[in-house]
Amino acid sequence: MISIEGLSKIFTSNKRQITAVDDLTLEIKEGDIFGVIGYSGAGKSTFVRLLNRLEEPSFGRIVIDEQEITSLNSNQLRLARQEIGMIFQHFNLLWSRTVKDNIAFPLEIAGVPKAERDKRVRELIDLVGLTERENAYPSQLSGGQKQRVGIARALANNPKVLLCDEATSALDPETTNSILDLLVDINQKLGLTIILITHEMHVIRKICKQVAVMENGRIVEQGDVLDVFLRPKQQVTKKFVEQVMGTNDEDEGVNHLINTYDRGKLIRLHFIGETTNQALISEVAKKYEIDINILQGKITQTQAGAYGTLFVQIDGEAGEIDNAIDFITKTSVEVEVIRDAN
Amino acid sequence: MLTKLFPNLDVQDFWMATYETFYMTLLALAGTFIIGILLGLLLYLTAKDGIWQNKFINMIVAAIVNIFRAIPFIILILLLFPFTDFLIGTIRGPNAALPALIIGAAPFYGRLVEIALKEVDKGVVEAAKAMGAKTKTIIFRVLLPESMPALISGITVTAISLIGYTAMAGVIGAGGLGDYAYFYGFQRREFDVVFVCTVFIVVIVFIFQFIGDYISNRLDKR
Repeated sequence: MISIEGLSKIFTSNKRQITAVDDLTLEIKEGDIFGVIGYSGAGKSTFVRLLNRLEEPSFGRIVIDEQEITSLNSNQLRLARQEIGMIFQHFNLLWSRTVKDNIAFPLEIAGVPKAERDKRVRELIDLVGLTERENAYPSQLSGGQKQRVGIARALANNPKVLLCDEATSALDPETTNSILDLLVDINQKLGLTIILITHEMHVIRKICKQVAVMENGRIVEQGDVLDVFLRPKQQVTKKFVEQVMGTNDEDEGVNHLINTYDRGKLIRLHFIGETTNQALISEVAKKYEIDINILQGKITQTQAGAYGTLFVQIDGEAGEIDNAIDFITKTSVEVEVIRDAN
Repeated sequence: MLTKLFPNLDVQDFWMATYETFYMTLLALAGTFIIGILLGLLLYLTAKDGIWQNKFINMIVAAIVNIFRAIPFIILILLLFPFTDFLIGTIRGPNAALPALIIGAAPFYGRLVEIALKEVDKGVVEAAKAMGAKTKTIIFRVLLPESMPALISGITVTAISLIGYTAMAGVIGAGGLGDYAYFYGFQRREFDVVFVCTVFIVVIVFIFQFIGDYISNRLDKR
């Protein structure tokens, strides 16, 4: 769907060259929600603006839906842009236009006749849940509502790709969630490919299937969101995972657990994304003659299922405990015995 | 009543002069609005990082604007005599004042337009570009509507300078309240005429200010 090869952007200011995006190569599949995460200055915002050439690439090739964006002339680029939606951190709505007229704007640009425009605007207003606010001006809307207008506007011309430049960074956590739900919803309904830039791991966790971590203009780590969560390799990625999972001072915690709970087996369960095991603990407790005591843990939900770790204490007869552990091992949950039964 | 309080005032001449003042102000204002917006757009679009970024054109336009703003209006009228004569066919009367009024006010308004355009959120312009808008669309559907309240308050300020300019032009025979006050009032030592003309000019200024503020507020949905 989107393929990027050797993409670079070099800014020259005061005779100093700054490489904002450095030789980036990437494939994004159709219908994906692809997240790019990085701290400010990592070049992620420049990267997304290169995709529709709001910034001109210094080197490299961008192909979106078999159309080579980097080789278009300015007129062709204008037409191509009509099929690439974009939403922004600060919404960028025209304050002089009502909700309705803001959403109609890209349709005006594309030369859609008035009657058809009105019809499409009504559909979009329903889609993003702004019914009855269509005659309001942006200044009368909350941040979340403004972003809904932004999304409706970006979708007006039925784009194949939606670029989100820090689309939730100016919103409070609750509004962020509702906007993310809307993005997942339109991704599923319309099969739209979404590229999302953020500095919040929470956003990645909640809606992305694929993630790339950017640092100093390069992608330092990339893959399935779950894999990256489970096995973060780079320091920067570990830091982002900690944003969601809390700091990893487990070793200390484990010793404390071993010392405190001296009966039975202590095991650590790794949940890595299968949703079929949601009732695992109660199932094990019913099936086997054992007691399970949940000691510590953190589970979080990603688009591919649950991810996290759980420390439990299993007490009972030795044979029964082993059977229970065997059973868990057969599921997708990984088991790690921290301390055998005394 | 007017004749009793101000014995030297010729009511018919006075209304004629008021009409001429309005006539000159409004026509000059229309011309200033159009030319000023053109100048302002040129300054804005050719500036650094503008859509038509062009150092050379920007420098030329800026130079023209600065030169004409620097010339005192009364001298500008005199300098423009040959041009006015060529364009209008005379150097007397309200019509002959128009070229000088417009050339005097448009550069000033052009700067105000430039400032107004600079205040338009860059993000909105960028959003329009990302939607695939033509430059024409960006100018007429984004830049001008989004800066309209500032464009209107700018033209209000300019209108008030223009009223002052018409009075100055009057002194060298353009007609209007300035002309009337100077030739009929000041020259003949009939100061009641000067007084009434002054009051009327002040009233006209107030009217323009009020209308400008009203429109600007109505348009501002921020």
